[in-house]
Amino acid sequence: MVTLTIDNRTVTVPAGTTILDAAAAVDIHIPTLCYLREINEVASCRICAVEVEGVDKLATACNTLVEDGMVVHTNTQRVRVTRKTNVELILSQHVDHCVTCVRSGNCSLQALSKAMNIQHVPFRNEATERPWDPTLPILRDSSKCIKCLRCVSVCDRVQSLGAWEVTGSGAHTTVRIHGGLRMNEANCALCGQCVVHCPVGALRERDDTETVFDALSDPTKEVVFQIAPAVRAAWGESLGLKPAQATEKRLAAAVRALGVRHVFDTTFSADLTIMEESSEFVARMTHPQESKLPQFTSCCPGWVRFVRKEYPEMTGHLSTAKSPQQMFGAIAKSYYAQQLGKEPKDIFCVSVMPCTAKKYEAAIPQVSDAADRDVDVVLTTRELDRMLQAMQINVAALPEEDFDSPLGRGSGAGVIFGVTGGVMEAALRTAYWKLTGANPPADAFQEIRGQKPWREASFTIGQTKLRLAVVSGLASARQLMDTLRAGQADYDFVEVMACPGGCSGGGGQPIHDGQDLSADRGSHLYQLDAESPIRFSHENPTIQALYRDYLEAPLSEKAHHLLHTDQREWTL
Amino acid sequence: MSRLRITPWENSQRTVDDLYADMERRISAAPCGNCPVELTSAFLKLCLAQSCGKCVPCRIGLDRLSALLDQLLDGQGSQADLDTILRTAQSIVDSADCAIGFEAAQMVLDGYVAFQDDYLAHVTQGSCTANFKSVPCVELCPAHVDVPGYISLVGEERYDDAIRLIRKDNPFPSVCGLVCEHPCETHCRRTIVDSPLNIRGIKRFAVDHTSGPVPAPPRAKDTGKTVAIVGGGPSGLTAAYFLSLMGHKVTVFERKPKLGGMLRYGIPSYRLPGSYLDWDIDNILSTGVEVKLNCNVGSDVTMAQLREEYDSLYLAIGACLHKSLGIPGEEAEGVLSAIQLLDTTIRSVKPDFTGKDVVIVGGGNVAMDATRTSVRLGAKSVKCVYRRRISDMTALPEEIEGAMAEGCEVLPLKAPVRIETNEAGQVTGLVVQPQVIGEVRGGRPAPRKADQPEELIPCDVVLMAVGQVVDSKVFAQDGVPTKWDNIVTADDGSIPGMDGVFSGGDCVSGPATVILAIEAGKVAAASIDEYLGFHTDISANLEIPPAPFRLKGATGRVDLTEREASWRKNDFELMENCMSEQEMAQECSRCLRCDHYGHAGFKGGRLAKW
Repeated sequence: MVTLTIDNRTVTVPAGTTILDAAAAVDIHIPTLCYLREINEVASCRICAVEVEGVDKLATACNTLVEDGMVVHTNTQRVRVTRKTNVELILSQHVDHCVTCVRSGNCSLQALSKAMNIQHVPFRNEATERPWDPTLPILRDSSKCIKCLRCVSVCDRVQSLGAWEVTGSGAHTTVRIHGGLRMNEANCALCGQCVVHCPVGALRERDDTETVFDALSDPTKEVVFQIAPAVRAAWGESLGLKPAQATEKRLAAAVRALGVRHVFDTTFSADLTIMEESSEFVARMTHPQESKLPQFTSCCPGWVRFVRKEYPEMTGHLSTAKSPQQMFGAIAKSYYAQQLGKEPKDIFCVSVMPCTAKKYEAAIPQVSDAADRDVDVVLTTRELDRMLQAMQINVAALPEEDFDSPLGRGSGAGVIFGVTGGVMEAALRTAYWKLTGANPPADAFQEIRGQKPWREASFTIGQTKLRLAVVSGLASARQLMDTLRAGQADYDFVEVMACPGGCSGGGGQPIHDGQDLSADRGSHLYQLDAESPIRFSHENPTIQALYRDYLEAPLSEKAHHLLHTDQREWTL
Repeated sequence: MSRLRITPWENSQRTVDDLYADMERRISAAPCGNCPVELTSAFLKLCLAQSCGKCVPCRIGLDRLSALLDQLLDGQGSQADLDTILRTAQSIVDSADCAIGFEAAQMVLDGYVAFQDDYLAHVTQGSCTANFKSVPCVELCPAHVDVPGYISLVGEERYDDAIRLIRKDNPFPSVCGLVCEHPCETHCRRTIVDSPLNIRGIKRFAVDHTSGPVPAPPRAKDTGKTVAIVGGGPSGLTAAYFLSLMGHKVTVFERKPKLGGMLRYGIPSYRLPGSYLDWDIDNILSTGVEVKLNCNVGSDVTMAQLREEYDSLYLAIGACLHKSLGIPGEEAEGVLSAIQLLDTTIRSVKPDFTGKDVVIVGGGNVAMDATRTSVRLGAKSVKCVYRRRISDMTALPEEIEGAMAEGCEVLPLKAPVRIETNEAGQVTGLVVQPQVIGEVRGGRPAPRKADQPEELIPCDVVLMAVGQVVDSKVFAQDGVPTKWDNIVTADDGSIPGMDGVFSGGDCVSGPATVILAIEAGKVAAASIDEYLGFHTDISANLEIPPAPFRLKGATGRVDLTEREASWRKNDFELMENCMSEQEMAQECSRCLRCDHYGHAGFKGGRLAKW
């Protein structure tokens, strides 16, 4: 243990603690901007500067370790002026169009500027404008970039992609896509982890809300909404709702209040994915000679892009089952259109996703089979929240309502798609039933839950021993793939989600600077699963009716046509 | 009142001079991989600040050039702007009145030619292809040794660990601690504060203070693959060490009776005692490397046989044939090549130069070795003849100063013409033609004949140190491609068209430094490992002490001392003294830990494995 003095208070902390954490231990707040714990401890902004007695220069609290007897001052005039100057310098390279910025009110630089009482910047503003293709799912506004380097570090360390790089030197140092490529040409998974870790408005999702508003006011369109499992665990965060208020049913009511007449649920198509994917898995297990094991889940488009770009020879291991988003679109524009007596073109299918890569997935030409585009627009959770705000809907006051029938009904197994390990667990519940003819206890496979980025488990179902792995975050996925490639691991089924914690921690979720809420949101989903009257995808009555009336059986010809895809053909 | 006065040296001018000196140090410590356009723009601003402002090309032209470069840097430049930059720079070169203007614009032109891709990238991509390198010493060490890592280990008195860390990239810490040319020090960031760290001196300290022989790390699992290495010099042994650690079975073929190559037979023992060399070689051999000494590839065994018997082959035959000048009298008795002299001296049949006048021809490190060896062999007088100026000599300045301190004379601007002999065919003198230094050609001022008569330097011995060539004939006959006798390879060491055959070191580059030979051996080891179908990492698995946040203020560099010249010139014992513990501690504390501070804090300061 190390004992030091911070602002005349004695603090004892373990050796190896930073001044920042030591101060926090006694409720002394030191401001930070570029700092992201364990990801970006580069001290580039110099905002966390503090005075250490006996040292000439100021020290950066975020990456300076405490020493015995150290005397630290966090709020002297020198410290305050230095911090203020550094914020002013950052502001001089940042276009401060706060009123029109998507991050206004949730911007770390704005908050710091206010906290430093900056009312005037004495430097000429020289923010640089660089062109960016506005059709990409993720947009970068270089005039807002403060070069905190978080995007680069997140992409390097958490995702191991290195899609971003620092280029130039001196005042012209900037961030760009590696090698000056376009984002979609690069190694980028489009996961959006850079977006959720950007402290300002330099990185954001492409805003598609106006297209949806237009469709809602178009009388020729039947606007059908599907809401992804993970959205329900996060949608209320930026609307000021307490967790108890931000229920699934209030979410359904809020979306309906936008004027949506078909408020459906992606948990329904998650169940459908399970039916197809677990059937495919059972088929692969029973015909090991002609099929590739392990089977990889395929519902995360960031992961699929990663496999295609970096491990193309392993693309055949991906389940051919489409993601729940795309299955929903295909069913909405075939089965459901038929039920409504409408043409596929009259259905306008909107999905609300915790994800930026889903915007890419919906636009892949080879993934739509019921219409030109099975899913017309993908909104992130953040965009849905902005639509609710734009329509001035007082969500807290809305009474709870149910999702619509028939595509608004999902099982608890479908709900946990939104958390790392959930797809695996849901698939196992149904695979067990397929292999043994009986349901397992619903929580039989909960050993696979957790936050460790790479988890393993094995279960014996009937005579079959299954070796499983669940991975989240692409750096861990890379470790897994390298291990598999080297023949040092052997699994039957592997679930991978590109974002740490799975879709709960997705790149389209509400942003809380420096906080990772994926575990809390994941627990929320497990809670919903536990409370769900249906815990097994195959027991979802809508699913049963869909197969009975339309698809016949999993892996049938029709199911193949609408619900499966060949990822090798995807346009990247 | 007098019409002239003594001008006082003003304080303000003194401050400007100090600032220039600071700037000079900063420029010499330039980081690697900055954007060349950004630098050119910055240099132009300095040039412009020095302009008196009289003439248009300099006053306005440099300013507009700088503005155009800034436009490029802002991503607002076009191809037309590039053309304007070139045209304007050329006009300034052609029409500026004084050097302040025309040399500034010439710099822009030279930079444009060298970095055309970067300039274009600024137009086409709005950004730069330059790639900032974190740690200058690591970057500039050809073997990329983790310098800040081992300095911090030495600072904590973890000498064995320091050796382990160095050996991750370079199996010759003991040799390099004494004779490395230390390119790592050339851009040391500490130079911005005061002067570069004495990195080689710190390495030497670690070597001298280990607990004993530091064992090599365990080998990887046996791969069953075999590699033959031709040549037991630094490059061959480096490859042997790493390949052996990677689990391959390595055999080194050396034609001399002992391993070491030029390290053993080309460097005098007062600079590199055999015991220091053996310390490294023993460690290399401890990994299970097999050695065939006195085995000449070409006569005892053929290259074809080696290719047949081994899975891969590394040619590291060095450059050990001496060049001759081709002047009359070179075949006379008393004319020797410098490397022959060093070789025989080291093999303990020391020639006796007592009472003899010795002249050495050449200006490189080998010439200095021969010069100082001659002193130790008892020569009455030793003169080194060189056709350019002393400042043009390629030998390290400390070698030249050392030789002079030992009583040798350096005679610059003398070009050898012929060697005079007596009736018995013995050397009586060297005739030289005085030179005058002339115009700069290819970056170096070239000497030309002075309007003065030839001079005779009477002597009994002439030692030729005018370069070495590669003895590659035998290999060329077997199909190895050569150019001017140097073996031709790709940048991964592979020989085009010869599957599984690699080459590196002096035999590819021509005579160069130890550390460059080590680099070639390391690259070859990685390439051969991949060629054999493996990718075995080499790592050291050491915890590096965290960087202190109290950095040392401006402090002088500890230079290594030598034994007194009047003593050391009488023997072949190691002449350089090690730092004291006090000096070591201070020198280590000067390290600015560029592996932690600055760019490395963002991108990471080290590669833990390769």
